[in-house]
Amino acid sequence: MIVEFGHLALVMALCLSLAQAFFPLVGAARGILPWMRFAGPAAVAQFVCVAASFACLTHAFVVSDFSVALVYVNSHTDKPLIYRFSGVWGNHEGSLLLWIMILTAFGCAVALFGRNLPPTLKARVLGVQSLIATGFYLFSLLTSNPFARLFPPPLNGRDLNPLLQDPGLAIHPPMLYLGYVGFSMAFSFAIAALLEGRVDAAWGRWVRPWTLAAWGFLTGGIALGSWWAYYELGWGGWWFWDPVENASFIPWLAGTALLHSATIVEKRDTLKGWTIFLAIVTFSLSLLGTFLVRSGVLTSVHAFATDPARGVFILALLVVVIGGSLILFAWKGPALRNTGVFQPVSREGSLLFNNLMMTTAAATVLLGTLYPLFLDALNAGKISVGPPFFNQTFIPLMVPMILAMAIGPMLGWKRADLWAALHKLRLALVVAPVAVVLGWVAHGAGSLPGLLGFGLAGWLGAACLIEFAHRIKPGHRSLGASLRRMARLPRANWGMTLGHLGLAIAIAGMAGAGGWKIEAFQSMKPGDSLTVGPYTYTFEGVVEGTGPNYFYTRGSFSVEDRDGRPFATLEPENRRYPVRAMPTTEAAIHTTWRGDLYAVLGGPDGNEGAYVTRLYWNPLVVWMWFGAGLMSFGALVGLTDRRYRVGVPTRRHRGRVVSAQPAE
Amino acid sequence: MNAQRLIFLVPVVAFIVLVACLGVGLTRDPSVLPSALIDRPAPDFVLTDIKGRNGPGFSTADLRQGRVSVVNVFASWCLPCRAEHPVINRLATMGIADVYGLNYKDADSDARAWLAQLGDSYTAVGADRSGRVVIDWGFYGVPETFIVDGRGVVRYRHVGPLTNDLLRTTIVPVIEALSS
Repeated sequence: MIVEFGHLALVMALCLSLAQAFFPLVGAARGILPWMRFAGPAAVAQFVCVAASFACLTHAFVVSDFSVALVYVNSHTDKPLIYRFSGVWGNHEGSLLLWIMILTAFGCAVALFGRNLPPTLKARVLGVQSLIATGFYLFSLLTSNPFARLFPPPLNGRDLNPLLQDPGLAIHPPMLYLGYVGFSMAFSFAIAALLEGRVDAAWGRWVRPWTLAAWGFLTGGIALGSWWAYYELGWGGWWFWDPVENASFIPWLAGTALLHSATIVEKRDTLKGWTIFLAIVTFSLSLLGTFLVRSGVLTSVHAFATDPARGVFILALLVVVIGGSLILFAWKGPALRNTGVFQPVSREGSLLFNNLMMTTAAATVLLGTLYPLFLDALNAGKISVGPPFFNQTFIPLMVPMILAMAIGPMLGWKRADLWAALHKLRLALVVAPVAVVLGWVAHGAGSLPGLLGFGLAGWLGAACLIEFAHRIKPGHRSLGASLRRMARLPRANWGMTLGHLGLAIAIAGMAGAGGWKIEAFQSMKPGDSLTVGPYTYTFEGVVEGTGPNYFYTRGSFSVEDRDGRPFATLEPENRRYPVRAMPTTEAAIHTTWRGDLYAVLGGPDGNEGAYVTRLYWNPLVVWMWFGAGLMSFGALVGLTDRRYRVGVPTRRHRGRVVSAQPAE
Repeated sequence: MNAQRLIFLVPVVAFIVLVACLGVGLTRDPSVLPSALIDRPAPDFVLTDIKGRNGPGFSTADLRQGRVSVVNVFASWCLPCRAEHPVINRLATMGIADVYGLNYKDADSDARAWLAQLGDSYTAVGADRSGRVVIDWGFYGVPETFIVDGRGVVRYRHVGPLTNDLLRTTIVPVIEALSS
């Protein structure tokens, strides 16, 4: 009964979405105010329906209702409660429902928080948002119904893929989707602006917080995914340039460009066509990512459940959404007038440089990801593009970007003096080589890209702090005055400093982990010792045991530092999940700020209780997660900027006048 | 139509090209696309074993001994391989065909550790460190599995991880048909 109610709620949401697309869009075109006003309540109602539907599906998982096919395939009565929840989105149908719920949640948020939007813009934004939702309701109901029943109901389920039974992966998809779907807001705003035929500074200000929120979530989601790969796959790697990873990374690159170009629209009233284009492209890339992951056109590490039949539907959806919006852009875009003039050496010049680099990087990664597909379509043979391609193309693009990223915030709007900016940054010019030398001393001269990474991290990190110091001017005033200035600094500035600083820290982590990883692979008997990096590991043997839905073999290593003092105990596990007959490794990781001690237990090796073991020293890994976390946090802080809450007086005033007039 | 308007049309054109490729890509779902090698003899190769596994290695001669063989391309860095490996082990224990491993572009120590952890049920393994041999097989991406009849002729190909369902519905019937 509850399951049917969930199904019905989803159908009701589809009906609402059709109405929410039709009345507000037509109303905005014809100037019928009650039709436009319909958008707000409809968006809230849509969200309520989808949330109810999602709750019903979750209920089926929690009570293990195996008469629902999806629950049977992805759950088991022995499965811990948290994975019954995460099992809801650990599969195609459920994750699609989550996608839709987040889409409607964003629509609901616009309806509730977008009070200062002009009524026609608000109606159009919600109408476009609802059109996207319509496509996804149809996709879910017609090709991937999560509520499909199974008769007769089996006694027990087939369990969730053990690799996905993990706390990190329980929250990774929702975060990622909040990012992906969040870009739909920027998209809806862009389409609405094209329909209105007007883009101005106010538009830039309205679209920025939504983009910033999506970007923050996507950053967190990507970092979580990378973290999961790091500890769950048991190879000590954290980024594989896999098609599905790229599918989330490409929108991130485009979204980063959008975030910066929206600033130019807001502050300088120029670059409008480009920003609209980026908004369309960013969301299009999110949809493309969904297509790549779900259709099975590319083979990938994540391709557990793919279905070509669904691919056709998503492709059709892509054609309608992306093709339609690009045609609209080609039709209406040329009419957008830019008023500001452009100097190459200026804040907007540096932001444009960021845009060029970010979009080139996004295009490069996209090309590398799709290249095998293109060749195949042209019958030119089948190849695979691996990490060497991405490293050789991506890193050279990022080096100038990061060099410029330090200078950009020091430049003023309109026209700036490059030498004066560099003069202010002279301390950073000292810090960069010092960081290289420090890296050399700490880790050895092994890796040239690693040393370059330390230099860039030092340069960018120092520049961020110098820029921040210039804003609060310590030394020129009393300490109290500086602190007061710091407290009054717009949150947007805080956000920028935290975001850029986070990137600097993450780069240092990537340089360390990428350049100086030490790994040892061997067979060890109880009592054997081995030194890996700065620590000595002694294998103490294994114990066998039983977890809630698996059996495990747990090894134990006692670790001593260089001076022979006990430092830590590492207990890696080897798990076997009987329902899926699948083993997983649970690496034991001891994190320090200098690096991670990482141990993996393999299978027994012949006689005398020996086991295959893998031991790693992964320098500075935690800096990556910390840096990424700081970037997300920076986005959050930026979101609290009061300018976003207050809105723009001039256009709000005009909006009020319109809303006060009776409909014709 | 002036030059500026044309620039705005560029994204539309690029998107049409992309959709065409994606559409073609969909029809050529790699896991059902027959290999150019189907019903032709397996390519000639001789490969040594993974260092430290101490097997005799794997060559074309192994495939011409009258028994149906399954050739499974795997790599330690490939997650779907990890997911399908229990299925491979199950197939090997059935004893209806010899199961050979082609280790693709892998470090010997990684491959050895991987097999030690997940179980090594291969009759023999060849280490294709440069990836040259696998390309002669018309290989698309790891994991990939070929079924070869007793005379060394490639008869079936599957791209992507094997599942228990696939084993039951396709792989085992194909092997049984070839054996009889």
